[in-house]
This record gives sequence, structure tokens and C-alpha cells, in this order.
Amino acid sequence: MVNEDALSISRRGFLAASAGTAATMTIPAAVHADEVQEKPQATRISLTVNTKRRQLELDSRTSLLDALRENLHLTGTKKGCDQGQCGACTVLVNGRRINSCLSLAIMHDGDDVVTVEGLGTPDNMHPMQLAFVKHDSFQCGYCTPGQICSAVAVVAEIKAGVPSHVTGDLNAHPDITRAELRERMSGNICRCGAYPNIIDAIVDVAGARK
Amino acid sequence: MKSFTYERVGTVAEAIDATKRTPHARFIAGGTNLLDLMKLEIETPRHLIDVSRLSLDRIEPSTDGGIRIGAMVRNADLAADARVRRDYGVLARALLSGASGQLRNKATTAGNLLQRTRCPYFYDTYQACNKRVPGSGCSALSGVSRQHAIVGGSQSCIATQPSDMAVAMRILDASIETVRSDGTTRKIPIADFYRLPGATPHVETNLERNELITAVSLPAPVGGLHVYYKVRDRASYAFALVSVAAIVNPDGRGKVALGGVAPMPWRVEAAEEHMVRGAAPVTARVLEGAVTTEQNAFKFSLVERTLAGILSEARGSTK
Repeated sequence: MVNEDALSISRRGFLAASAGTAATMTIPAAVHADEVQEKPQATRISLTVNTKRRQLELDSRTSLLDALRENLHLTGTKKGCDQGQCGACTVLVNGRRINSCLSLAIMHDGDDVVTVEGLGTPDNMHPMQLAFVKHDSFQCGYCTPGQICSAVAVVAEIKAGVPSHVTGDLNAHPDITRAELRERMSGNICRCGAYPNIIDAIVDVAGARK
Repeated sequence: MKSFTYERVGTVAEAIDATKRTPHARFIAGGTNLLDLMKLEIETPRHLIDVSRLSLDRIEPSTDGGIRIGAMVRNADLAADARVRRDYGVLARALLSGASGQLRNKATTAGNLLQRTRCPYFYDTYQACNKRVPGSGCSALSGVSRQHAIVGGSQSCIATQPSDMAVAMRILDASIETVRSDGTTRKIPIADFYRLPGATPHVETNLERNELITAVSLPAPVGGLHVYYKVRDRASYAFALVSVAAIVNPDGRGKVALGGVAPMPWRVEAAEEHMVRGAAPVTARVLEGAVTTEQNAFKFSLVERTLAGILSEARGSTK
């Protein structure tokens, strides 16, 4: 059997060595001095996360998702596809839902971020969290934090009059219907297929016309 | 992801200055496409100039009765704008048919115009792709080509341009306002903005290096029924197999542009004179010279049927 420790050490060593090789190989002989990147740039930013002010020093490449999970240890926000297709990483930034995987953390200096941990706590749950429990709106639960953040934003978007692809009359205020909710939640994939119950939970919170 | 240096600029002048210091920089705004491509090392900028906080985030009336859309206006805000919903419905519809709520909250007007193809061979760095690595070949020509272009492609590339917004802007005769690296400004009609792939599919627009889009202007509203029909493999959050943007006047005349069938928003003005005669003659003219594969030949009839549906709806709405 392969020794797990030996494997992980040699893999780490291999990664360090290959990173060094890549750095020397990708710097062309003649480039402007200001463009040569010997090592990753570290950037200081300040974020308000779930009402707390946080200072971070980050590799410029860090996504907002990785900053939340790896640096701030807020692991409620999940990494699914890491390419903007699944919605598991959905958080609210300045009150609007975005995919945190497709955003550089350093571009959010000064921003206000709310994650699923900031919506409610086990002792004091957000109405949307309670509704997800009541309606059994998940199986494995991995997509759930993203679904809940997205759902909270969807209700606010409809109340603000933001239209969707299925809104019949663009000039009228959109109704809260199951069709509207399904369309607006399409950026959150659930491979367990809990969709009907997810819509039930949102309907419970928002109140639907039909 | 390759490492890069980063700076945020507060004015257009600062953005242009930054490009002079770092000629191989890229602008970043919403980042929803660029960052995705950087993770795959398809894009490897050494320096990013963050233009997301430039005060180009307003939609203002223009002197000719149209509107001027700042380059940083988010797709969600553009679709929700009351003037766009009332006077440029085809644009609101196109925007709302694209991506997801999360992405529309982040993606900008300028970035949407510049988003790159979702051809799977462009994304798969183990495959030949002339757009990603010029001269490496095109895996799509002999590969799975169901999604690919049937007009405007070349022996080098049959990738499609993925933007829905751009198709609507093409039919609305939008102009793209820019600042070049020497500080001069210009207005590019959207008809002259995109390039066909020819032998250089990696060059997708007529923008110069480090030219910054500052706004998109739309002429005065033209009235008519505004429709954007998008046909795709699932009901939401998928790129178009075929999309048809149309503005139909009560007399049956109008304008048509297509998405999902070409390397750019596809419009042939000469075809529009056939609109009163129905979908078939319009489609024949718009898709004249189409080169299809066994897998994407269906797009020809799909365009015709989608347009027929729109013209039928238009007749119904005027009765």
C-alpha cells in the first residue's frame, strides 16, 4: 500500500518544484521590468462580512469565495463548480446576489458581504432558512447555502420590480408566481433535484399568487 | 491561474495612463468571463486594470432622443431600466434570456459585448483551437459541432458569438463609444464592431489594443413589436442554439438579427425587405451561403420556424 503521508509530502514537493519551473519558463527574455512576476502579489483589503469589519492580505488571484472559506473560515458558502455554473457559491454583495467564485476578492475592497452564516444562526434562523427546513428543500445540502442566499435576493428583486425572462408584460410589476421563481432560481443547480420543495419554501416566505 | 499585478483606477484618464505603463494589461470589470478564462489559463494577463468603479454606470438620455448606456451598467440594471423596458423591449428581453440572476448582477454592458465563445474546444486546452492558439487547427470542424456556426465561419473557426445582448443591440443599430490609448475617442457602429474569423479567429473585434469601451448609445426608439426568441437545450440559463431578435411594425415590415448561428450577431439588412412575405424568404436571404455540418444543419430550419412564430405573433398582436 502507498503510505498516505509520504504521498502527500511528495505531492506537495512536486507542486512546489513545478511552480518554480513554471515561473522561470513563462518569463520571456525581454519584457518590461514592471511586468515580470517573480512571485504572486499580495494585496491588503478591508471587507465587511456579516456586519463585521475584516482586514485581509491576499494573493491577488484569490476569489471572493476562497477568501471567505479559506481566509475567514466561513465554510457555509460552498465551492461547487468554481466556474459560475452551479450557484453553490452565491453570496450577497452590497445587497445583490453574485457568484463569489467568479469575482476577485481584491476587487471587493470596502464592500459589504453577507453569507449564509450572516442570514441567521441555528438559534435565530432567517425565515428562508426556516422555510427550507419546513419544506424539506434539500437532500445532500451542498447547494443549500447558495440556494438560500439566492432565494432571499430573488424575493427582494421581485419586490423591487426587476423583470425576468418569463415576465409577461415588461412594463408591469412582476408577480410572485412559481414560474417566476423557477426562472429566477435557474442559476442555482441542485443535483439531488429538490427543486419543487425549494420553490415551496420560497413561496412560503414570499407568498405566491398562483 | 497565472499570477498578475493589479491596480484599480478611478477615471478613464487613469485607465488609459495605466495601459501606457503596462502595455500587456487587461481591463477587468465584472470579471465573470475573464476570470473564468484566467482560471483555465486561456487568458493569462500579467496585469489587471480594474475599471469596475469608473463612474460609467448610468443610463442617460442622449441629444438625438436615444439613450447612452455607460460601459459599467450591469446587465441586470440595464434590463430593469424603465426606458429600456418601454422603448427597447428587444434589449431587455435579450438580456433577461441570458445567463443567471447572479451573473447579470455582475456582468457589465462593455464586458458582455466582449465575452468570448463557449465553443467547448476553445475551453478545452487539450484540443486544437485557432482562436486560443493561432495556427493550432480547429477541432470543431471534424468534431461535435451541434452548437456551432452555420454562417460567417471559416476553415479556421466555426465558433459562435455567445452574447444575447449584442444581437439585440445589432438590431437597434447601437454604437460603441471608446477611448483609444492615445486619448482620442470614437464611435463604432455595432455593424463594424465584430470581425469574421477568416484566418485570424483570435481577433474578434475591431478594437485596438488597450482601447476602452466607455458607453453604448442607442438611437431614438423605433416603435414596433419587440421580440427576442431564444431556443436552447434547457428552459433557462443556457446559451442559444438559435435566437431571433425582431422588431415588427404593424404593416409587417421590420428588422431581424440572429444569435447562435454565426461568429457575430448576424443581420443581413437586405433580407428585411422580405418580411412581409413571411419567414422562408427572409431566412433564405439571411442565411444565404450557409455552410452546415451534419450536426448543426437543423439550425437553418430552426431559424425559419422561430421567425415564423414571431411573425405569427406579430400578426396576432395587430388584430
